[in-house]
Amino acid sequence: MRPMAQIAMVMNLDKCIGCHTCSVTCKQAWTNRRGMEYVWFNNVETRPGQGYPRRYEDQERWRGGWELNKRGALKLKAGGRLRKLAGIFSNPELPEIKDYYEPWTYDYKNLTDAPLGDDYPVARPLSQLDGKPTKVEWSSNWDDSLAGAPAYGDLDPMVERTRQQASDKVRFEYEQTFMFYLPRICEHCLNPSCVASCPSGAMYKRAEDGIVLVDQDGCRGWRMCVTGCPYKKVYFNHRTGKAEKCTLCYPRIEVGLPTVCSETCVGRLRYLGVVLYDADKVTAAASVKDEKALYEAQLGVFLDPEDEEVRRAAESAGIPYDWLEAARRSPVHALISKYRVALPLHPEYRTMPMVWYIPPLSPVVDALSESGHDGEDAGNLFGAIDTLRIPLEYLAEVFTAGDVGPVRASLEKLAAMRSHMRALNLGEEPDPALPAAVGMEPGEIEAMYRLLAIAKYDDRY
Amino acid sequence: MTDTQIPPTEPGAALLKAGRFFRPGTPAPDLHSIELTGGREADSFYRDRWSHDKVVNSTHGVNCTGSCRWKVYVKDGIITWETQQTDYPSVGPDSPEYEPRGCPRGAAFSWYTYSPTRVRYPYIRGVLLEMYREAKARLKDPVLAWADLQSDPERRRRYQQARGKGGLVRANWDEAVELVAAAHVHTIKTYGPDRIAGFSPIPAMSMVSHAAGARFHSLIGAPMLSFYDWYADLPVASPQVFGDQTDVPESGDWWDAAYLMMWGSNVPVTRTPDAHWMAEARYRGQKVVVVSPDYADNTKFADEWLHPHPGTDGALALAMGHVVLKEFFVDRETPFFTDYVRKFTDLPFLVTLTERDGAHVPGKFLRASDLGQGGEGADWKTVVLDEVTGRAVVPKGSLGFRWTESGKGDWNLELGDIRPQLSLHGSQVATGVEVLLPRFDNGEGQGDVLRRGVPATRLGGADGPLVTTVYDLLLAQYAVARPGLPGDWPSSYEDADSPGTPGWQEAHTSVPAAKCVKIAREFARTAERSKGRCMILMGAGTNHWFHSETIYRAFLALLQLTGCQGRNGGGWAHYVGQEKCRPVTGWATLAAGSDWSRPPRQMIGTAYWFLNTDQWRYDRFTADVLASPLGEGRFEGMTGADCLALSARSGWMPSYPTFDRNPLELGEAFGDPVAKAVAELRAGTLKFACEDPDAPENWPRVLTLWRANLLGSSAKGAEYFTRHLLGTQSSLSAAEARPEERPRDVTWREEAPEGKLDLLLSLDFRQTSSTLLSDVVLPAATWYEKHDLSSTDMHPYVHSFSPAVDPPWQARTDFDTFKALAEKLSELSEGHLGVRKDLVAAPLQHDTPAETAQPGGVVRDWKRGECDPVPGKTMPNLVVVERDYTKIGAKFGSLGPLVEQLGLPAKGIALRPDEEVEHLRHLNGVGFDGRPALDTAVKAANTILALSGTTNGRLATQGFHTLEARTGQEMAHLAAEHEGKRVTYADTQAAPVPVITSPEWSGSESGGRRYTAFTLNTEHLKPWHTLTGRQHFFLDHDWIHELGEALPVYRPPLDMNKLFGEPRIGPDGSREVTVRYLTPHNKWSIHSEYQDNLFMLALSRGGQNIWMSPQDADAIGVADNDWIEAVNRNGVVVARAVVSHRMPAGTVYMHHAQERTVNVPKTETTGLRGGIHNSLTRLILKPSHLIGGYAQLSWAFNYLGPTGNQRDEITVIRRRGQEVEY
Repeated sequence: MRPMAQIAMVMNLDKCIGCHTCSVTCKQAWTNRRGMEYVWFNNVETRPGQGYPRRYEDQERWRGGWELNKRGALKLKAGGRLRKLAGIFSNPELPEIKDYYEPWTYDYKNLTDAPLGDDYPVARPLSQLDGKPTKVEWSSNWDDSLAGAPAYGDLDPMVERTRQQASDKVRFEYEQTFMFYLPRICEHCLNPSCVASCPSGAMYKRAEDGIVLVDQDGCRGWRMCVTGCPYKKVYFNHRTGKAEKCTLCYPRIEVGLPTVCSETCVGRLRYLGVVLYDADKVTAAASVKDEKALYEAQLGVFLDPEDEEVRRAAESAGIPYDWLEAARRSPVHALISKYRVALPLHPEYRTMPMVWYIPPLSPVVDALSESGHDGEDAGNLFGAIDTLRIPLEYLAEVFTAGDVGPVRASLEKLAAMRSHMRALNLGEEPDPALPAAVGMEPGEIEAMYRLLAIAKYDDRY
Repeated sequence: MTDTQIPPTEPGAALLKAGRFFRPGTPAPDLHSIELTGGREADSFYRDRWSHDKVVNSTHGVNCTGSCRWKVYVKDGIITWETQQTDYPSVGPDSPEYEPRGCPRGAAFSWYTYSPTRVRYPYIRGVLLEMYREAKARLKDPVLAWADLQSDPERRRRYQQARGKGGLVRANWDEAVELVAAAHVHTIKTYGPDRIAGFSPIPAMSMVSHAAGARFHSLIGAPMLSFYDWYADLPVASPQVFGDQTDVPESGDWWDAAYLMMWGSNVPVTRTPDAHWMAEARYRGQKVVVVSPDYADNTKFADEWLHPHPGTDGALALAMGHVVLKEFFVDRETPFFTDYVRKFTDLPFLVTLTERDGAHVPGKFLRASDLGQGGEGADWKTVVLDEVTGRAVVPKGSLGFRWTESGKGDWNLELGDIRPQLSLHGSQVATGVEVLLPRFDNGEGQGDVLRRGVPATRLGGADGPLVTTVYDLLLAQYAVARPGLPGDWPSSYEDADSPGTPGWQEAHTSVPAAKCVKIAREFARTAERSKGRCMILMGAGTNHWFHSETIYRAFLALLQLTGCQGRNGGGWAHYVGQEKCRPVTGWATLAAGSDWSRPPRQMIGTAYWFLNTDQWRYDRFTADVLASPLGEGRFEGMTGADCLALSARSGWMPSYPTFDRNPLELGEAFGDPVAKAVAELRAGTLKFACEDPDAPENWPRVLTLWRANLLGSSAKGAEYFTRHLLGTQSSLSAAEARPEERPRDVTWREEAPEGKLDLLLSLDFRQTSSTLLSDVVLPAATWYEKHDLSSTDMHPYVHSFSPAVDPPWQARTDFDTFKALAEKLSELSEGHLGVRKDLVAAPLQHDTPAETAQPGGVVRDWKRGECDPVPGKTMPNLVVVERDYTKIGAKFGSLGPLVEQLGLPAKGIALRPDEEVEHLRHLNGVGFDGRPALDTAVKAANTILALSGTTNGRLATQGFHTLEARTGQEMAHLAAEHEGKRVTYADTQAAPVPVITSPEWSGSESGGRRYTAFTLNTEHLKPWHTLTGRQHFFLDHDWIHELGEALPVYRPPLDMNKLFGEPRIGPDGSREVTVRYLTPHNKWSIHSEYQDNLFMLALSRGGQNIWMSPQDADAIGVADNDWIEAVNRNGVVVARAVVSHRMPAGTVYMHHAQERTVNVPKTETTGLRGGIHNSLTRLILKPSHLIGGYAQLSWAFNYLGPTGNQRDEITVIRRRGQEVEY
């Protein structure tokens, strides 16, 4: 056992209102400068939707992350060192600016400076790359809240895959409308393919907290990391010629402040905390054959901070006492390992991502009540999960490599919590069968409720 | 544990394996990773970026209800960015907290500080400045120079026609202030102070900035224009039902709700900082229902989504009410509900029935005077039947107890031994009679008559009045049958022919009847189980309609019937444009300048724009198209302008400019100026200005905008504004009324004026559609560059704006600008104005004894000889106010003596801040005339806080004691816990400060509880400020009857085909589709942000856009992001199409406040620059909004007035050429 500590994040998508405050505060703090105009370390995607950059989840095209070779061992999907060397000057798997978007501004000065004319002056759009007049035709958030979904929604790789499983599940029709928001930052993976892709050795994962960084002095601008990252969360600064990425706000983390995106999250859906893991188990876990087993495999890498043996090993590995205590109190640990309501994003990329998500629950009862049943009835509660407006299959493609089991289990816990708390809220006797049905004690459900609903600042971070 | 590693087998692994001996670092046993030490020097880049010199707390101050606290970061004297502050006092251990309030719009605000659209210097349009300089050089006097310019129509038109078309030149402050002050002095002298106006909305979000300009205007006698009604955010149902402007729960109280319906309120977008309470409350078992025509952002959180056709929400709510009344009142009595309505609503009150066509129609509330009782206030004492004695009795609490000497101590809801009888059904003395009720749902909104029945009884013998209860009428209106009553009743829930049933609503809304029944049942059942913890969040989606009050009254009925109003976790939660200026009394005092003179002029914004932008000339119909089939023809031949004129001369609504003469001239008339004016009015030699709005002497001449973007945002009928008010370019194509369609009483001039305003001034920090149209633009400080105060109804704290940097370039705070203007005006007044007497016409005001001016809500028009013109009774009150124009600057900067001499009015009681004035003299220093100084924004802030109960425990307690004397109910204990607490500006800078429970509001925060409206009423038996003292289902004013809206009723959207000849909704089969045109709030602008912000544009679609359904897009061959044009008689918009299946067919959204400044090309239709979202809308007045002088239907500023509603509009959409020109 080789215990290591990592600062990890859980986002409760069920609470996300899609406001993009996180994106804006992050942009202002970190990427509001030349060369980075198109860069959003934190972005929020509407799903279904193509994401940013477009169709980044299509790894057949972009070759990000890891795959298993014929012998069952991990290899970079974009190819090993030799292949990299061959393509070092013209990497074919690199998104172009049009896949992100061409950043623009406006001729604002014209509003003040326009000479007297025969019509109202206006600020027309100008490209931020060449300063010339431009047309606004795509952005990092073009499909916000289902904008243009009838035209572009089919291009969402997860829609394609969901339809392969259940052809009737995703329709872009008024009555069938569903959506949820997916805020994304760098995953600060346990098995980061960007780091492995860097020919210059300029990327590293910090030993004390697991934050993955680019050494700005070491970076030579080969951009293999951009290809290697399946989440497309490493960006190329076209002014400095270096790669840049989300730093998990380490200048803040180091002094005990949460990341900007977390603290400014108006939906209060982000949790930060210490997770202990066994570094010796990472490779094996990332190499399990069945993609659907990767979620469980990653859970197996995490260490229980209550375990005496783990604590002793951690101590001898040099993890400070307050970090161990933080791991004990970690909301991230609770949501991932204890309550098991949070799930990884695309475990099939085999990078062992460390930003996890609680899937969105609502609305549940709509379809059920159509058939005359009340989805709020305890008896129907779990049946209702299968009639979610958001197809389970779609969520499973995003979080569990297509396995609906863990998604359903997570949502059942949330539904049981609501039902249990409703009884308490109305001063009535809760049905003990409900917590039991999701494998939880009433007290445990209530503790989870406090963490998810009351969610005080100190409990979130 | 053992190391069982998979050997490294990727290509090159052997190399790597070997390499471990040559490279630095320690490889992991599986060789998958290498541990290195050091090499982190490059990390310093991000550390540098994160470093800053200071963090300053501030907030944003526009029409946003967020009142979020932000940390503004400053490095090297430059604002770098902002993140949310998290220091709100705790809500308690078992609840979420208010941190971190904010939204992406607020997070992007600092972009403006140094943006290329920042107004850095004063600007004046070159043609104007040149002509002014020339005249001044010639005449040597700024006032004469301005007069000279105005006296020459050619020169005047030259700069007016240049408005908005560029050519702004940099000026210096002295010259700009001089020109503006000269225009003011000239206008006051020539036309009167009421020809000047100021517009600045929503004071709560920067009280000092608002008050500064309002104070300047009030001191000179210029009207401030209302905004809440103008924005159509004011729910007229609120004064009608509650006698209160708007009072709603803080968002923390959503947490207490067991059932939450979001009805036309898209919380994640429009209440972004509060939305988490809704998301979190679901985990507490709250059920969430969303009612929205599109798959709105909040639908994501909903357990159920109901999507009625736009504007039909009233029908759905009525049908839900039908289910509640039938199942919870008639089939099974629910004591929790019936006890509530008996005590807290007008349902048990008696209403007279009048015979009509062999049946009956509801008349008026039965009053003590109807029973032959005399005595004080008998006309204002309403009557119930006592279940115990069977006698008609007068319970306490009605208006007859509020303003009378004898009512002292009895204005309360104590019923004593009385048990009001809810229904006469089953009573031995009652018989069933047929009643006629109006319906408006058939055909195209035309009325028809329903026949239903109520139990009725005759009081006091054969000649006595025939009466029934409001409850019995309500059941008839809601189609809830009871045995033995005459009339036509529905056969079942599914009966689609009978208005009121779930089946009937389905035909209008498309919501399945079964779903309507289910939700109504759940709602009422939950209210019963939770004791009133069901809440409806309602907003612009249901409130911006022409007939919004009918929709809202149907919503409110659901809450009242189920005992949810005045409960934590229950009741209405109206969230659009609402605000809560918590230290309201202090703000109002400063803003109205009522420390120096009273009354201030305050004008209803909608009427002001309706007349002065000449929209009234384009009304092609008379008000009787809105009338009930049971009406008496009261609106015959009257257009909207006629209704307005009647309202003005009856003293119902304010009207400025008031007369067709300078009020300074009227005020200085020899002898008794009031008597003289009345005599002249009677003789017809003096007229109301609104009776001839196009006469040059009646035009508004000077308008100042600050904290406002009228012409890029709220200007309903934007193209009418630019043509008639400003006299510049317009894409208006509507036709004026034909001779037979013109007003009855209002003068029609053949030539419609263009260019009424002499001067449009705006103060702003960015170039907006308004600044570009202004003659003078003054550079304003941003929210991060000034001292100010902020509060909201969404949270219970008051906190501050603080400057992170000083105003850069030549920018000034609004306070400093108006102070300079006031001082300059005083200086220029020497020799031009001096001390003058101003005749001010003041309407009959709510929460004053004037609300009992017109008993019974009977309309009498003195102009038509139906009564005498009696000031304060049948016409406005007339007051002579002395103004020393040479002392405006001095008074601006000091707190006047009326504060303690007359006290400060607060909802019908007076606060007496004598100690506070003395305290302020020490705190602020001494200014003009030995009074406390008020010459800085901080001093103004401290004064606001000191003069309000919510921030001064002594005043709150004192106010409650005053109220106790009237109500006879103990209340002062609610504030006593904070009696010694005085909040100062410094406190609000340190952290958000919770407010104190005060009689200025209707709810309680005592003991740290969550605020919700009307708990003082339900828990302390304080009456509502209404006729009966209870919440009203029934309204009996003559005009309300005329409109057929005495009870909640369904009125469909206006028919624009019928009223204006617009095409019918649907595709025309070739290149056009006609659609409903809605302007909901925008995710990427407004509130604390505007549409031109680069970050927001980057996250949205980069310019104006219109959301439409795939069906409508397909009908005219439009693809996503195609350029389209939206055209109707009001104007033209060119925008990009956003095609999404979340939109219902037949409806498009052009989100609110999309300006014409960014990425708007020229249109194909006119060849001119495209319009703003309000280029396609216009105003239509609803007579019910103009009623006054009658109990809760009396005017107060932003409390009641005509709304600038715009939701009923439609437009034609076309695909246009895809190559655009700028």
